[in-house]
Amino acid sequence: MGVLLAIVVWGITLALSIPFVTQTWWMPEAITELGREIDGAFNFTLLGTGVIFLLAQGALGYTVWKYGRHSDQPASSSHGNNFLEFLWTCGATLLFVGLAVFGYSMWAETRFIEQKSMAPSEDRLIIEVTGQQFVWNMRYPGNDNQFGPTDINLIDDAASNPVGVDRSQPGGADDIMVSEMRVPVNADVEVVLKSKDVLHNFFVPELRIKLDTVPGLVGKLQFRADREGRYEIVCSELCGLGHYKMVSFLHVVSQEEYDAWIKEQAEFVF
Amino acid sequence: MTEVQVSPEVAGYTEVHRHPEPKSFIWKYIFSVDHKVIGIQYLLLAVVAVFVGMALSLLVRLRLIWPNESLPLLGDLFPVGAPGGVMTPEFYLAMLTMHGTVMVFMVLTTAPQGGFGNYFLPIQIGAADMAFPRLNMLSFWATFVSFMLLMAAFFVEGGAPMSGWTGYPPLSAVPEATVQGIGQDLWIASIAVFCIASLLAALNFIVTTLDLRAKGLTMMRLPLTCWTWFVTAILALLAFGVLLAAGVLLLMDRNAGTSFFVPGGLVVSDRQIDHSGGSPILWQHLFWFFGHPEVYIAILPGMGVTSHILSTFARKTVFGYKAMVYAVLAIGLLGFVVWGHHMFVSGMSPYSAFVFAILTMCIGVPSAIKTFNWIGTLWGGKIRFTSPMLYSIGFVSLFVTGGLSGIFLGQPTVDLYFHDTYFVVAHFHLIMGVAAIFGMFAGMTFWFPKMFGRMMDEGLSKIHFWTTFVGVYAIFGPMHYLGMLPHPRRYAEMSDVDYLLTTGAEGLQQFITVAAVLTILVQFLFLYNFVRGIFAGKECREENPWEATTLEWAVPSPPPHDNFAGKVPHVYRGAYDFSLQGAKRDFAMQCNDDKAVYGDQPGSGD
Repeated sequence: MGVLLAIVVWGITLALSIPFVTQTWWMPEAITELGREIDGAFNFTLLGTGVIFLLAQGALGYTVWKYGRHSDQPASSSHGNNFLEFLWTCGATLLFVGLAVFGYSMWAETRFIEQKSMAPSEDRLIIEVTGQQFVWNMRYPGNDNQFGPTDINLIDDAASNPVGVDRSQPGGADDIMVSEMRVPVNADVEVVLKSKDVLHNFFVPELRIKLDTVPGLVGKLQFRADREGRYEIVCSELCGLGHYKMVSFLHVVSQEEYDAWIKEQAEFVF
Repeated sequence: MTEVQVSPEVAGYTEVHRHPEPKSFIWKYIFSVDHKVIGIQYLLLAVVAVFVGMALSLLVRLRLIWPNESLPLLGDLFPVGAPGGVMTPEFYLAMLTMHGTVMVFMVLTTAPQGGFGNYFLPIQIGAADMAFPRLNMLSFWATFVSFMLLMAAFFVEGGAPMSGWTGYPPLSAVPEATVQGIGQDLWIASIAVFCIASLLAALNFIVTTLDLRAKGLTMMRLPLTCWTWFVTAILALLAFGVLLAAGVLLLMDRNAGTSFFVPGGLVVSDRQIDHSGGSPILWQHLFWFFGHPEVYIAILPGMGVTSHILSTFARKTVFGYKAMVYAVLAIGLLGFVVWGHHMFVSGMSPYSAFVFAILTMCIGVPSAIKTFNWIGTLWGGKIRFTSPMLYSIGFVSLFVTGGLSGIFLGQPTVDLYFHDTYFVVAHFHLIMGVAAIFGMFAGMTFWFPKMFGRMMDEGLSKIHFWTTFVGVYAIFGPMHYLGMLPHPRRYAEMSDVDYLLTTGAEGLQQFITVAAVLTILVQFLFLYNFVRGIFAGKECREENPWEATTLEWAVPSPPPHDNFAGKVPHVYRGAYDFSLQGAKRDFAMQCNDDKAVYGDQPGSGD
């Protein structure tokens, strides 16, 4: 029975591991520098845990195979081995805590310090994203590069004012509301995340970043996409019965295409 | 066969704690204060709950592969949730929510601790009962009421809640945000009552372990099962109080107009919601302050049972007993300071993620120590492949697999991608769900002869082990690949996400559903074996059929009302004295003195 158990454990171990080697089901390619760095951390973790996975399951299978045979030898009376305990405690600590420390600067970049070589805040393209059941509302500041004030009493989905922009105020008149996000390639973008009702989560797999939109709080993400294309924005926090269809798109386009688009949208405002 | 050694100086001590044996059916089997009856009550509750939970997961799996198909019978059973046999998205979410809640609270929390712990802690430490038998009865019946409240949520208008087992507000707090009403309130009430029951039980376990140990049974001689029940009880005592408070606050937000978790300025479907000043993130902190220790509440007893059984059937003492004890303590301690890793993308201060990440990775260390020591226990052993042994070895394999995916999720940067995808679903099901349940299978087959004086059929148990072991890997292994795509979790269907339709998610989901259906079917084999075992299993009146060492194997099967028939056992040695050199047999029970173990020659063991 020990042999059978060993074969099953090893078989499962291999079957689980192979798709991670062949990358049969895999992440879409990252489109930011930071995304590729995060992929580096992922790959390093995959390597480290992969080795431990194979070794641990391998040892488990080997042990039940070797010591599961009928033999006249009595079992060992060993109570343990302090040196071994010390060794694997230190090994595990180094690897695990090492991984945590290793990821620090990356985490800092994603969330709260100016990303390396990113434009200062005032020179970024700022887009306000407001989640609501079950759509994404994207607001661009328009020609004046300023978001107008909002008023909760002006919120009216039917009148295409889902976040209550006060059009009568300076700054608000030219704000652009769209349902899909469009950014120029290689532009420094800051996404300001808000929610009208419940929790949602802004997630673009190719950007490798996600953040909850929390009513009452303002969240911020930055990115610079360096590859043109159409990428999906999927809600990743349970937000109600339509959670599965709360999907939108991020279009990364050339600067010219973007300029033409934003001009067209600006005309549409009035 | 084995003689319980009586120490005269404490004879009579048990008299104080002994309650007379009840005669009537009601007091003997229903409102019993006997820890053994209560333990079995908890186990039966968990068996009912686990089949309810599995049925719910079956519905979830079917909805995922046939979102628009009409399923036979379903339309008649759930005219509102599945009109014409087609499950609505909100019905899917309700089933998902109830599956998680039933499994986490009514199965993973009750069976390992309330069930096996209740039955065997007192016997393993040589006590006649728990420290507070009446409180014990109250704990069980409160748990029962809690289960009934939860089940009631299915039958009220609007049906069961759909905000997930984590119940994040505002979704759970603002009735306008869902189509539901009182179901969510019943869910909260159920959990609040469950918290009270668990708090009472935790007190009982802690006092029992500290106060009622037999003479000679020092803490460092405790079976590892007792250590894990003890530490689990401490976790429960500290964690459930917080959840209770959070639940009461949420209930008030829903019904009393308070705003603990709901901020101002909410607009749901163009309607302004009358709340102000609350914080949705506060709930997450309170919930996960409970929720993370809860993971260890579910898994620690499984670890204890596994250590216990591996040692018994490898005929070898636990490798590094002290290291195992310290690892359990370290897991218990660290378990309270890592809750923030559930909230890396919640919008909480990114600074705190630094701290939570380091502490989270630290908790991998004692987990690794335990794994190495389990393999060390098997190493050099003389393994007997009984069914409890197979389940325990399966536990180790599942624990390794489920634990390692945690290394990805514990790093905030990598978690950014995997958070709320099927990768997480795979992770927590393997480690907290399936591994813990393998611990229960192991415990059930191991202790069954002691509890019922009969055996479960070994052949059936083994068939069940092989199929379930492969089955659970077939279910949860591919979920890692879904997470790679990445498939977000809690999606009622994938039709609206373009990349899922082109990357093979559908095939994976179908494979998982097939594996789930087969694995669920096999569980009826276990149920059959269990029920058949109680009434018609092979009789086993032997005290110690497994040739094990701890005190429960020194009393009759099933044990008498006060466990030791008025005697007080005396403990002479550690819990896992197997294969001692020079001993007459390859095991020495805790109640055997050196003379009994070695005969008249001087002992050469420790």
